[in-house]
Amino acid sequence: MEAFNVVIGKVAPMLAANIDTDVIMPKQFLKGIDRKGLDRGVFFDQRFLESGDLNPDFVLNRTAWRGAKFLAVGPNFGCGSSREHAVWGLKQLGIRALIGTTYAGIFYDNCQRNGLLAIELEEEKMSELASLLSSGPVGDVSIDLPTQKISLENNGDIKFDIDPMRKEVLLLGIDAIGSTLMHADTIDKFEHRHLKENPWLC
Amino acid sequence: MKNPKTLYDKLIDSHTVCELDDEGHVLLYVDRQVLNEYTSPQAFSGLREADRRVRRPEASLAVVDHVNSTEAQRISVQPEEGGALQVNFFEKNCKDFGIELFDILDRRQGIEHVVAPEQGFILPGMVIGAGDSHTTTYGALGAFGFGIGTSEIEHLLATQTLIYKKLKKMRVVVSGALGVGVTSKDIIMAVIRNIGASGATGYAIEFCGPTIEALSIEARMTVCNMAVEAGARGAFMAPDEKVFEYLEFKPRTPKGQLWLQAKEKWAQLYSDAEAVFDKEISLGASQIEPMVTWGTSPDQAVNINGCVPNPREETDPIKRKGMERALAYMDLAVGAPIEEIAITHAFIGSCTNARIEDLRQVAAVVRGKKINPDVRGMIVPGSSEVRVQAQLEGLADIFISAGFEWRQSGCSMCLAMNDDVLSPGDRCASSTNRNFEGRQGAGVRTHLMSPAMVAAAAINGHLCDVRTISMEND
Ligand code: SF4
Repeated sequence: MEAFNVVIGKVAPMLAANIDTDVIMPKQFLKGIDRKGLDRGVFFDQRFLESGDLNPDFVLNRTAWRGAKFLAVGPNFGCGSSREHAVWGLKQLGIRALIGTTYAGIFYDNCQRNGLLAIELEEEKMSELASLLSSGPVGDVSIDLPTQKISLENNGDIKFDIDPMRKEVLLLGIDAIGSTLMHADTIDKFEHRHLKENPWLC
Repeated sequence: MKNPKTLYDKLIDSHTVCELDDEGHVLLYVDRQVLNEYTSPQAFSGLREADRRVRRPEASLAVVDHVNSTEAQRISVQPEEGGALQVNFFEKNCKDFGIELFDILDRRQGIEHVVAPEQGFILPGMVIGAGDSHTTTYGALGAFGFGIGTSEIEHLLATQTLIYKKLKKMRVVVSGALGVGVTSKDIIMAVIRNIGASGATGYAIEFCGPTIEALSIEARMTVCNMAVEAGARGAFMAPDEKVFEYLEFKPRTPKGQLWLQAKEKWAQLYSDAEAVFDKEISLGASQIEPMVTWGTSPDQAVNINGCVPNPREETDPIKRKGMERALAYMDLAVGAPIEEIAITHAFIGSCTNARIEDLRQVAAVVRGKKINPDVRGMIVPGSSEVRVQAQLEGLADIFISAGFEWRQSGCSMCLAMNDDVLSPGDRCASSTNRNFEGRQGAGVRTHLMSPAMVAAAAINGHLCDVRTISMEND
């Protein structure tokens, strides 16, 4: 998994509430058996016109936000379907972090498992950032995970919280399966007792 | 009582292998997992790449459901290229890793969340993970099911555990009698409208109260299934005698002495009287009317007798914007009566509402009638067993004479990943769970409602109150 330390880039505003994973990654891109080529699918119906050309009105296609590495998102981002393809696609498109207030649970976990930092800000801080962004591009932003802050050129810093375990995993790009398998003996013991106590599960 | 616990606490505590930190992360043991062909391929590839095995193949059940065709004539080869690729790879993975698979020609095939309970694969007290958000369905049996992504599936297959952080607890109490023509779909749609599409984000919901107790097990599944549309990462109900009756003769439930032993243990699965919830909500069933969504988020819903709402009356700017966008996408005028919305399609299917009881309710509405000539009506049973049962009961004949297409089982137009896709501008009354933009096809407009309400809309050609139709029947 790609580690996250300090990343610098542009932040594009996408502040509508309840942007679901069907919108982030439409169904026609779910038909593969690998993770490839999903960058094209991201926000497909909004990013492209029917002709196949880029939709000039879509935020990520505008000059100011082209190549953005961060998205500032509305509440409940990533709701709906569990499809991890949404996160794979965002990462392939070059998105490294999301800044919002709340995320749907499965989506949030999927981000974590792929090294996509999903920052949860308090509503107040978020609305300040949102109003700043809606007044126009803010230049490069730096997201510093070790010190847990978002630094805006000329506009100060925003501190954010993240639980220590998630932080460590992201910082080191840890493979969760590998770390869980270190508990293999404990799992064995638990399983043995659990199946004995609930023999109908065998 | 010392240290009273909620049902959720009991389920999680009894599955905690060890604590991982002091922030609430645990290693959670998962009893069973259900797999489908579209969210699992990369998990199996990951196992292969790392040369890992599936720790407990017998804990998995694999079902083809998302991409398969629902044409009446079943064939093992999927007509559509991507679907065929996924189905073939799924078969190979199950074979290589020793996992039982219900393939497309299996008489037990169907939508995973319909099939697993139907087979007795899900039992009270279990923790279940599956690569599909509607895994919450299993809560109706007193199990704790939740959706996970593909990386987590890989983790689960390799370790039979997940790294888990405990949720907050919400209790939703529903009391009073449901009116005629009002169903459990309307209960959950009312809850979602009341608390919003993220109202239960970060929570596990326990549903209880006399109204819930009075519901059949299948009706309870509809409630737990759709709780994820309010953001809940788990939804369940304490198992009662009805659950035990439902399970007793299912193919995979324990038998004989084991059954008695299990039942005794399951009877302990309830929230202690003193247990504390982080949030409590109560709802009066008699106030619930048949519900319909008008927008593109499941919480954008109104009573069938209502009108398209006005965004200007919404004070929250983000919600107002969402409403404006939804109105434009849905092509609806503010203030228009909901009952005047004309439809082009009617779809009855999905893991929310395509069980046998749902189909019986549809049959009661359409018996002896014809669907509107401008409407294409499709019925896709939740499982192949439901399909056979509906045929035995004569329901299929009723549907066919009414003008519905009677199809094979699968997810079909719930997410339109197979060849069942509508065209831009189509408007569909749907018994499914998501009305997102493009869910049933790019530019398609979806209105969610109960199956009986879909049936009523199919007959009239526009959204309408099923209660007026039942009265004509009487
Ligand atoms: S029927 Fe719909 S919600 Fe249910 S599993 Fe299939 S796609 Fe998901």
